[in-house]
Amino acid sequence: MTHYLIALYDGPDVPQLNLEDLKDVIRDVDAVAEEAKAAGVWVFGGGMGGHDTAKTVRVVDGRPMVSDGPFAETKEYLGGFSVVDVPDLDTALVWAKKLAVACRSPQEVKPFIEPPTVEMVEAWQAQQKTEQKD
Amino acid sequence: MPKYMMSVYGPAERNEFGDYESKEAMLQAFADTGAFNEKLEREGYFVFADGLEQATTATVVDGQSGAPVVTDGPYLEAKEYLGGFWVIEAPDLDVALALAAEGSKACRGTVEVRPFQTEESFQRLLDQ
Amino acid sequence: MSDGDAREAIVRAHHEEWTRVVAGLARRFGDLDVAEDAAAEAFAAAVERWPSDGVPANPGGWLTTTATRKAIDRLRRESRREEKHQAAMMIEDPTQPEPVGPVEDDRLRLVFTCCHPALAPDARVALTLRLVGGLTVAEIARAFLVQENTMAQRITRAKAKIKAAHIPYRVPSVADVQKRLAGVLAVVFLVFNEGYLAGEGDDPIRAELTEEAVRLARLLRALLPDDGEVAGLLALMLLTEARRPARLSRSGELVTLDDQDRGAWDRALIGEGHALVRERLAAVAAGAGRPGRYQILAAINAVHTDAPTIRDTDWSQIVALYDQLVAIDPSPIVRLNRAVAVAELDGPEVALAEVDRLAEPLADYHAFQATRAELLRRLGRSAESRAAYDLAIAATGNPAERAYLGRRRDQLGEAH
Repeated sequence: MTHYLIALYDGPDVPQLNLEDLKDVIRDVDAVAEEAKAAGVWVFGGGMGGHDTAKTVRVVDGRPMVSDGPFAETKEYLGGFSVVDVPDLDTALVWAKKLAVACRSPQEVKPFIEPPTVEMVEAWQAQQKTEQKD
Repeated sequence: MPKYMMSVYGPAERNEFGDYESKEAMLQAFADTGAFNEKLEREGYFVFADGLEQATTATVVDGQSGAPVVTDGPYLEAKEYLGGFWVIEAPDLDVALALAAEGSKACRGTVEVRPFQTEESFQRLLDQ
Repeated sequence: MSDGDAREAIVRAHHEEWTRVVAGLARRFGDLDVAEDAAAEAFAAAVERWPSDGVPANPGGWLTTTATRKAIDRLRRESRREEKHQAAMMIEDPTQPEPVGPVEDDRLRLVFTCCHPALAPDARVALTLRLVGGLTVAEIARAFLVQENTMAQRITRAKAKIKAAHIPYRVPSVADVQKRLAGVLAVVFLVFNEGYLAGEGDDPIRAELTEEAVRLARLLRALLPDDGEVAGLLALMLLTEARRPARLSRSGELVTLDDQDRGAWDRALIGEGHALVRERLAAVAAGAGRPGRYQILAAINAVHTDAPTIRDTDWSQIVALYDQLVAIDPSPIVRLNRAVAVAELDGPEVALAEVDRLAEPLADYHAFQATRAELLRRLGRSAESRAAYDLAIAATGNPAERAYLGRRRDQLGEAH
């Protein structure tokens, strides 16, 4: 099974919903989340605030530097997302379509990587140790 | 407790070692990030963490008008894209920022921290 | 055996077996990269061995076996997977139950995967031509007038996305198959039009695109014999292709339908196209449901190719068919083409009124200006007609068309 990110982008050019629609969106998104949980595919989901709520952390010469604002000064930003665990892209697209309708907004679907297994990392670390010994 | 998203960004296309210059650098980063994730779990901050495939693997779904339309992504053209992220639960922003600094060191990248909406913040929106 | 015989056998085997070999490997190994490379290596091995060893009795079987062995060798070398996965892959299980759904031919799976909506349109075209059509990357690059490494990258990225995003290797469900099929037909039609627009002196590979599109449509027809739009697209392309020999004058100028030497039309292709159109008309009459756009366009072309001369054309039939087309696709270009037919039935004035209503969306479209020019000419409004021809010439990049429009403009009387 593969994890997919289903993300929504927000920004000044995105048509803002009025309060009634916003209530509908919250209700409809919750309904999709419940459906996904019942189907056993739901991993996580949440909505975010705008650029003004972001902070960026950089490590410079080993010391963390915090600055106000988002990493990238783009007009649009990640507004919210869901993570589902499904066998393939077509299945992820089914959930993305439901969320697109619920959010009244396009969704971007991106697969998560299959990270190197713990065994791979440990094997490499062991190799490093033997190389250092030589 | 408030939840925060800690995001890492990277270039649109990756070489064979992800965003890293060599296999060693990549595996070292994975090892350090793994250790960081374990610390997050041990100390009760961990909610979710994972790395994303590169931007060219994204697909966009628009369901606003009748039949949903599927197109090749990514949604936005940008110099850098979301490469992966953590979701943590932390008592306040300062704690989140401190954790982000550790995460940034571990993955050798800049980390952006943003709070998730809560019931209160949604309510504030609706009460406006 | 002679080298010539072996070469002929290999070309024939390529035509007949490439798709099947690639599709089978794709299913077996779940990896389009592996499938493509192994298939290419198998055909290369055939080129090496068949001249000396003779052409095998079952070329397809030989190629599949050879390709499978090469794929396994590669996977072993790369040892990308745990040993138990590798072993599992080598177990052949012909009894494995096929999932329920539309015909589960491997080739159909391959076509739907190559045309998945999550891939960019030019990626779908490139991938389909490479994996289904068997064209080389160099041929596809030349056909679409891009650099070879640009095209190679396009294909590599498409395969990488399929792998990374886990685009499934399967025929879509009954609920989705019609919509997805529309995407497949769009790819085939795009290839056809790209080839059809190729002018004289163009790289001949560009003209071969129409052949390739027809081949792809025939494959779809064999795999989906009951689908109306598949039949419609094949008929449309056959009837269009049939007129190609009469389309260009010896001086490289476009010859319009009314001036074409109908004796030069390919009667065999027309016969085949008409049979498909008749089949669809009968199916619709028997309750098959509203015909889609390719079926209607094919019927329109059938009415044209049925007429011995332009004067025998049944224009009221054509207008009626365009009415059906507008009902499902009211886009400006469809309405423009309908207006051209209306001119023959109701006269140029009525048609011009309809055409002028399309000025806003179509002002920069050469066919819009050319149509206006012809209608204004018939109404004796020569100055306006000349101006429209000039706009049409400016808007078209096709030299054959420019030559034709230039001549029509120059044949107008002196400005008054």
